[in-house]
Amino acid sequence: MGSAVEDTNRRMLRARDAMDRAYAQPLDVAALARIAHVSSAHFTRTFRATFGETPHRYLQRRRVERAMFLLRETDTSITDICFQVGFGSPGTFSRTFREIVGRSPRAYRRQKGTTGLPTCYTMAWTRPSG
Amino acid sequence: MFTAITHSQIYVLDQDEALDFYVGKLGLEVNADVEFGFMRWLTVNVPGHPDRQILLAKPGGPQMSEDTARQVRELLTKGAAGGMLILTTDDCRKTYETLLGLGVEFTDEPTEREYGIDCGMRDPFGNHIRFTQLKQG
Repeated sequence: MGSAVEDTNRRMLRARDAMDRAYAQPLDVAALARIAHVSSAHFTRTFRATFGETPHRYLQRRRVERAMFLLRETDTSITDICFQVGFGSPGTFSRTFREIVGRSPRAYRRQKGTTGLPTCYTMAWTRPSG
Repeated sequence: MFTAITHSQIYVLDQDEALDFYVGKLGLEVNADVEFGFMRWLTVNVPGHPDRQILLAKPGGPQMSEDTARQVRELLTKGAAGGMLILTTDDCRKTYETLLGLGVEFTDEPTEREYGIDCGMRDPFGNHIRFTQLKQG
């Protein structure tokens, strides 16, 4: 079925879906490469060629998107949110969050407002751009 | 003015494989499967609800150039062609387990939301499908 590039796209999408499911786990390039049926060495390069960013960056944006959701919709502490979405330290979390969103988790929380949209839409459309 | 939505279209790469998935795994039923020569009109619906059909269409000539069709197929397999369905289930977790057992690929495990229990999956081509067990009352 289909051309080589379609086949590659589909396998990369499968690996990206695995990150979407298990975003709070550590990034395991070898496991993702197995899902995509490529070598670890090829994985990052092929993923970037397919989606325009590295798997690491995609996972960071995914985690930040979940953190934004938790900051908006819950009263969970910022430190707890940091670990819940998969960051290893509050320092890394704050730095990455600010770099991607443009303000700190605390400032983001102060301006929160719930959307009332289906969660899948909020997840897809509030995910910060790469 | 209008009174109903009867047909919605998504792109698939292979209509036989689409049948295996949408009918064989998701349990939808074939509403129409007609070979017109220039295209195969293939629609499915939720059992008991033939008033709302999904057209499983293959991108290609003569309605689009081979180059355009190639671009559509590439976007589809990247999960970016826009094909999206949301279905309703009476038991999200059970449906999830059943489909997992059939090898369906998931993007989200069943999760409690404000509106019910929600789940996300892919069809074999990259379309995004969700199903929700809506909150009662």
